[in-house]
Amino acid sequence: MTHNPEPMFPHICIQEEDFDLSTEAAKLREGHKDIGAVVTFVGTVRDINEGDEVSILELEHYPGMTEKALEKIRLEAHDRWHLEASHIIHRIGKMYPCDQIVMVAVASRHRENAFHAAHFIMDYLKTNAPFWKKETLPDGAERWVDARVSDKEAESRWAK
Amino acid sequence: MLNVLYFASFREILGQAQEQLPADYQTVDCLLKDLAARGETWQQALLHNQNLQIAVNHDVANRQTAIKAGDEVAFFPPVTGG
Repeated sequence: MTHNPEPMFPHICIQEEDFDLSTEAAKLREGHKDIGAVVTFVGTVRDINEGDEVSILELEHYPGMTEKALEKIRLEAHDRWHLEASHIIHRIGKMYPCDQIVMVAVASRHRENAFHAAHFIMDYLKTNAPFWKKETLPDGAERWVDARVSDKEAESRWAK
Repeated sequence: MLNVLYFASFREILGQAQEQLPADYQTVDCLLKDLAARGETWQQALLHNQNLQIAVNHDVANRQTAIKAGDEVAFFPPVTGG
């Protein structure tokens, strides 16, 4: 009989499949009676970027480093805002306008910490986790999405 | 040996995702200089690229980071996830 070992980072999921927010939020709260606040963030595919219509968005990542980088961010959020639970899902592969790309869900005793932690995790994920986006325009042209200065500025607000 | 990886636009520009190289370099910078000797494309994409991002064994690194046999060195552009 094969035995599945505990995944190294059970609270980080990098997957091609879509996810269901209600299911994920319920899982996060399971077994916790001390949770008073759950904050979830979902990032979705826009149909317009840099003024152009986008038909396909493809996400590439660096397997191994991605999980490690996200776990580091997650643990820092736990440390700074005393979270009771957290979970990060990031999809890879081909996606289309309106599709869900990313989910961050955090739970804490009080809302203030959960709001801050979710915001922090997303800001850090944007600038520290090795994902890259490639867009396909309606005419079939492909282009890599450039990193935004505003994302780097968003990260800096959390400097201790 | 070193396991060297290229991601996203780098993979496309340089025409490869991965290669094994002898572990003959003390630092990432020494490796970069050798890769740049392959030609203009390599020079522009890596050595002279102000936005070059580097990871050694899945941790963020820089040009001065020491490398040794068995290490995984990755080069990639600024990240754009989320």
